[in-house]
Amino acid sequence: MTRDEIRATVLRTLGEIAPEADLSTLKADVSFRDQLDVDSMDLLNFVVALHATLHVSIPEADYPKLATLDGCVEYLAGAGA
Amino acid sequence: MPILTADMSAGTLVEWRKKPGDALKRGDIIALVETDKGLIDIEVFTPGVLETIVVQPGATVPTGTVLAVIRDEAATGALPAPAGAPPPAPSPVVPPPPVAPAPPGRLRISPLARKLAAELGIDPAAVRGTGAGGAIRREDIEQAAAARAAAPAERPRAALERQARLRQAIAAAMARSKREIPHYYLATTIDMHGAMTWLAEENLKRSVPDRLLYGVLLIKAVALALKEVPELNSVWRGSEPVRSEAIHVGVAISLRGGGLVAPALHDTAGQSLGDLMRSFRDLVLRARSGGLRSSELSDPTITVTSLGEQGVESVFGIIFPPQVAIVGFGKIVERPWAVGGQLVARPVVTATLSADHRVSDGHRGGLFLAAVDRLLQAPALL
Repeated sequence: MTRDEIRATVLRTLGEIAPEADLSTLKADVSFRDQLDVDSMDLLNFVVALHATLHVSIPEADYPKLATLDGCVEYLAGAGA
Repeated sequence: MPILTADMSAGTLVEWRKKPGDALKRGDIIALVETDKGLIDIEVFTPGVLETIVVQPGATVPTGTVLAVIRDEAATGALPAPAGAPPPAPSPVVPPPPVAPAPPGRLRISPLARKLAAELGIDPAAVRGTGAGGAIRREDIEQAAAARAAAPAERPRAALERQARLRQAIAAAMARSKREIPHYYLATTIDMHGAMTWLAEENLKRSVPDRLLYGVLLIKAVALALKEVPELNSVWRGSEPVRSEAIHVGVAISLRGGGLVAPALHDTAGQSLGDLMRSFRDLVLRARSGGLRSSELSDPTITVTSLGEQGVESVFGIIFPPQVAIVGFGKIVERPWAVGGQLVARPVVTATLSADHRVSDGHRGGLFLAAVDRLLQAPALL
């Protein structure tokens, strides 16, 4: 997958977890928690959905790397998505 | 129209998921209903065959209204009716109201309820009584007033209107709780070092979808502690508590845009941590997307609320009637903690209990919190 494709997948997944969120104004370098009304259960569902879609293993210790859109793209590209 | 929460008085039939002639088994989703708590899937409690749909989509009806008629297929099979004989009596999709309405022309209403009706501008004759013999009680007038305020307008239902109705429903339940339930409050601080260490190691062994959040440990510990102090796992009916054999912990889930629901995790004590986590995850997803089931709203026997993610260190909840207790958890924070005479840094959480003093005393409440603490020190056994 290209980085743009990964970015689109992340945004689509985020939209499914928080359907009311306006993702067009999402800042790529600011944490999801600071911009969206999401909690740890949402973020767990987000990680589970990314895992199912992209077939990448994401250790729990790496969850902080998925806190922002930029972080997600960087991490998932590096993990072979 | 089933009563799904203590203060629900009406619901709107959104759509039927089954059609006449369909075979039904217990637990099937038969209809989608909109209530103050959002869109709820209505489950079947009586197996059989859907015979007649009584309430059409779009209609708003009071609780207790028969929505559809289910023919008892088992009875038909066991005792085939002879030709020409009347078919077996059909059963309503939901149990009929527990109390027969008062006979026409004779209004049974308590003096307090009559006074309240006058104050709120409610016509008692239009209110269905739920007291003995159909008598109208104060609660019936309150519900009628709430239903009037929450009555759906003809115009399209905007999200803001739904929010306002949800707020009204919460207001009614919480005001009633504070008015009628003599709360007492207890708090204790629990060392979470062992639980968090165990959780980190456990999650290393689990695949991504099976990983646990620490919240599920707290919920399971509460459920198991209820076995030791079962009076907290009760509901208040009429003028006395009724102990529940089943332990269905309701979990407070905040909704985006405001408001909350507290649906049940059924058989909380009997589920493994993995199963409980899956149920919890599914419940949160459905609570926020409008897919809760009717039994999940009506079955909780106690509520657990946690505001730790908001940075709150302790929360003293208001009991959700007819339950008799609510357990609160705050944020896990690192604090100085004495271990074997040495001061060390430990992750700790403040657990609180708000309980109904008509049902339990502080001594029993204290034993309950002590049990939660003890259970969390052995997370592998949860």
